Amino acid sequence: MSTTTAELLKGAAELFPDEVVTSAHVRHLDLPFGAGRFALITLDNGFDHTKPTTFGPASLANLNTAIDQVEAEAAAGEIVGVGITGKPFIFAVGADLKGVELLKKHEDALAIGKGGHEVFKRLAGIAVPTFAYYNGAAMGGGVEVGLHCTYRTVSKALPAFSLPEVFLGLVPGWGGCTILPNLIGAEKAVSVIIENSLNQNKQLKGRQVFDLGIADAIFEGADFLEQSLLWTASVLKGDITVERPEIDRGEAWDQAVAKGRFIADGKVHGAAPAAYRALDIIAAAKDGDLQKGYDAEDVALADLIMGGELRSGIYAFNLVQKRGKRPAGAPDKSLARPVTKVGVVGAGLMASQLALLFLRRLEVPVVLTDIDQERVDKGVGYVHAEIDKLLGKGRINQDKANRLKALVSGVLDKAEGFADADFIIEAVFEEIGVKQQVFAEVEAVAPAHAILATNTSSLSVTEMASKLKNPERVVGFHFFNPVAILPLLEIVRGEATDDASLATAFAVAKKLKKTAVLVKDAPAFVVNRILTRFMGEIQNVIDEGTPVEVAEKAVEPLGLPMSPLVLLELVGPAIGLHVSETLNRAFPDRFTVSPNLAAVVKAGKRGFYVYDSGKPELDPEVAALLEQGDVVLTEEQVRDRVLDAVAQEIGLMLDEGVVAEAQDVDLCLITGAGWPFHLGGITPYLDREGVSERVNGKRFLEAGVASVPA
Amino acid sequence: MPRTVRDVVFVDGVRTPFGKAGPKGIYHETRADDLVVKAIRELLRRNPGLDPKKIDEVAIAATTQIGDQGLTLGRTAGILAGLPQSVPGYSIDRMCAGALTAVTTTAGSIAFGAYDAVIAGGVEHMGRHPMGEGVDPNPRFVSEKLVDESALFMGMTAENLHDRYPTITKQRADEYAVRSQEKAAKAYADGKIQQDLVPISVRRTNAEAGETGWGLVTADEPMRPGTTLENLAGLKTPFRVHGRVTAGNAAGLNDGATASIIASEDFARENNLPVKMRLVSYAFAGVEPEVMGYGPIPATEKALAKAGLSIEDINLFEINEAFAVQVLAFLEHYGIADDDARVNQYGGAIAYGHPLASSGVRLMTQLARQFEEQPNVRYGLTTMCVGFGMGATVIWENPHFDGGDK
Repeated sequence: MSTTTAELLKGAAELFPDEVVTSAHVRHLDLPFGAGRFALITLDNGFDHTKPTTFGPASLANLNTAIDQVEAEAAAGEIVGVGITGKPFIFAVGADLKGVELLKKHEDALAIGKGGHEVFKRLAGIAVPTFAYYNGAAMGGGVEVGLHCTYRTVSKALPAFSLPEVFLGLVPGWGGCTILPNLIGAEKAVSVIIENSLNQNKQLKGRQVFDLGIADAIFEGADFLEQSLLWTASVLKGDITVERPEIDRGEAWDQAVAKGRFIADGKVHGAAPAAYRALDIIAAAKDGDLQKGYDAEDVALADLIMGGELRSGIYAFNLVQKRGKRPAGAPDKSLARPVTKVGVVGAGLMASQLALLFLRRLEVPVVLTDIDQERVDKGVGYVHAEIDKLLGKGRINQDKANRLKALVSGVLDKAEGFADADFIIEAVFEEIGVKQQVFAEVEAVAPAHAILATNTSSLSVTEMASKLKNPERVVGFHFFNPVAILPLLEIVRGEATDDASLATAFAVAKKLKKTAVLVKDAPAFVVNRILTRFMGEIQNVIDEGTPVEVAEKAVEPLGLPMSPLVLLELVGPAIGLHVSETLNRAFPDRFTVSPNLAAVVKAGKRGFYVYDSGKPELDPEVAALLEQGDVVLTEEQVRDRVLDAVAQEIGLMLDEGVVAEAQDVDLCLITGAGWPFHLGGITPYLDREGVSERVNGKRFLEAGVASVPA
Repeated sequence: MPRTVRDVVFVDGVRTPFGKAGPKGIYHETRADDLVVKAIRELLRRNPGLDPKKIDEVAIAATTQIGDQGLTLGRTAGILAGLPQSVPGYSIDRMCAGALTAVTTTAGSIAFGAYDAVIAGGVEHMGRHPMGEGVDPNPRFVSEKLVDESALFMGMTAENLHDRYPTITKQRADEYAVRSQEKAAKAYADGKIQQDLVPISVRRTNAEAGETGWGLVTADEPMRPGTTLENLAGLKTPFRVHGRVTAGNAAGLNDGATASIIASEDFARENNLPVKMRLVSYAFAGVEPEVMGYGPIPATEKALAKAGLSIEDINLFEINEAFAVQVLAFLEHYGIADDDARVNQYGGAIAYGHPLASSGVRLMTQLARQFEEQPNVRYGLTTMCVGFGMGATVIWENPHFDGGDK
């Protein structure tokens, strides 16, 4: 065994005293068919499947010790093979991110990378064949430990298998970038390492792991380990010969890497380094020199661990996984009242989408109302059609479709529809007078306990409630379009809203599987306010004279999901204009109403671009409408102005108490606007680029929260 | 509608290796339902000719039907084993004769024409479900002296059986037990047993019980090859002071599962399934609960009578060795020598263990192998005693019978 590896890991373990340590149990067994004595290593952190097994330094040291033992036994001829598997439902889910967050020095980061490599690659050096049995969830370093084995089997019941490093801002750096393309070819490796990661961290199932050629055999979950061991015995006896297809080391390899770059550009626009670093290593792996690849992985891993993008990525991941599930400031959930029937005021597209969502998630009666029968029928018809689509795709069965259809209804008479409703949401025209009237009508017929929720995107919830007898039951319930896809739900507390109503709103949000964030009743709440300030500043520089393409390109280095004007097109210029007018009334000194945007809306244009060539190009008719000044800024100047504006706005929002902390702003931007992990939402980026300090004189987040600790 | 009684055959049987019940036992951290599920799956793998859709019933026995042995095990095990949802299942209980009864009950239905093919088996995880778990005997048993107070304690009933057969001494019981261990060891050495065992992966998290992590069980845990009379002589007699029944001349407390395919002979032939044994007759009988070990005798009498056979026609015996005395009482009754070569050729439960409701199919699986090896034998029987004073016997015909001398 390597003493230096042990020392390396011991040093790293001292940096991470709170590691949940994974044991590597070695147990011996007699293989069937008289194939011989076998050593099976079980990775197990001693907890059940709700706390998946991870690798920190002490865990790697345990595996290292287990390998010492089996290596010696193999050398002495005492065993014919070595296997490695996990506790029930979990193989191993990779490096412990908490440990990564604690790393402060490049050399420590390098040690983590090297430590993993030094341990894992010993599996390939054992004198007998080694076998990985992917029994359950396998991610990152978990996948990689198996890649170092001679053979692999996978369970058909395995629910999640991935190399998610690029998604977080790392590279698969314990052999993944190097071994995987050499095992299954560059094209498939790029799809696993790059495409799946950047596609919202898509997970593979057992069947796909086998089909990709990562595993040599697949067995059903019921007796996966038994069958894997029988298969092992057959392989060791020579009754089964594993054949793997020859991989293409020619042009296909380069094409795969090029395709990977294209995918990365489409997703992060060069703004996050991880995918590109991974692709560099995959490209270099073409010559099959594993050690050279491992060395490159170590360097990439250390660089990325010490970089802001990864720290932002981990911060963002934790926001979504933790804060998103336990909303800050939500009242005690025991105060929530049951919701057994839902009313929806309005039967337009938004209202119908909400009806469908409530129906599918709550599975309680949902009743739509509108001003005439035709609209009501159309709304119910939309929901029925969507249910049929789900049925057609096999997402639900006929019984479920029947059930859901029977639960949705539409009536003209609110008294009939809402008399026994517990939760009534309005999605009518965005005009305070209309909404006040609707709520007054609803209050007259709804039970006293019913929650009155509004899907308003910018109007005051307090004002909306002000004319009611019981304003304490009004809450803002602001969804993001497309409702079925974007997870964010801004829950707005009006001045009069009581804890029970708010608790009920959060309970409903949870059942809707939405990421709920508590927001103060302030103009346009969080996402729309920031996006409008952001877009407003882009619009301002265009109005002042900067060419459209310069303004657009200026923010490309952020790697947003789409450019500002493409986003405007998605939202709709008229809605964008309306929100900017609302915010202009509230904060005239910071929010402007662009005359050019007003002209575009007036001309009935649906966006700035035409797509005749397949790429967005400025619509000549729009170009003709634009009246620009003569101040032409550089991309950098535009970017500074836009980021300064965003930093200022967020600073003011936090001062006003719109949300509890900067973390909530970031959670909103990630889940409501799709802003990327490598920005950590936005405040980690503003901090690391020095924008926060420049504008507000201080950081949003303490050093170490979403950055390398001081 | 005219009906024809159909011949019923034993197609195949498998079992898990048996384990010792308790915290150090191999199956301590393994669920009972998983044991039977894995046995069913192995049976299906071994018999690809049996289309799972054509299985008409899954009858699984367990004595203590709670927890992982509850929830209508035949049905849940079928689903867990990956059988089509269209295949029904149920649970069955006749204590030690559970799996045997699963076979006979479904066999009756096959003969009647209700089923073509079934899975019948049993499981008992005595570590997770100790004997007597959750029982609530009616107080009238005692107040009205319906049964003797010893009836619920199997070891005491075995002592009572020694009383009934004063010539069956502790010495004879121990000698029998030593032979059982010897025969079992030889059967293992000859590879007779392993071919019908299903390997089971087992997890261990308690380091006091041995190496931790996942392991694989491929052999019976309870066996004590090399047991001598001297070893047995000093053992305690826990059921009676100066008694005769010891842990050495009785089966232990065990965990394990068995499964078999039972089918109509026509179905088996049409689907190219093996025919290992043909059912001749079966019978159950009740005796005084306090001498439950006597049960196999009247049960066998009945089964022989129904088959029109006499004990001389039977040339292979698989008798469950709950207690040596109970086997010896049976042999004594029929005038068969203690060491008769036709009896328990591979040894019995004293060596392998006796996970109550699973054992019946182990007897059948072993008899089937003996039929295969000895085509000169025409008839054999499987018999066992059952708690609360019962006996169960099934008589089988050897389909390989070559017209030979027995």
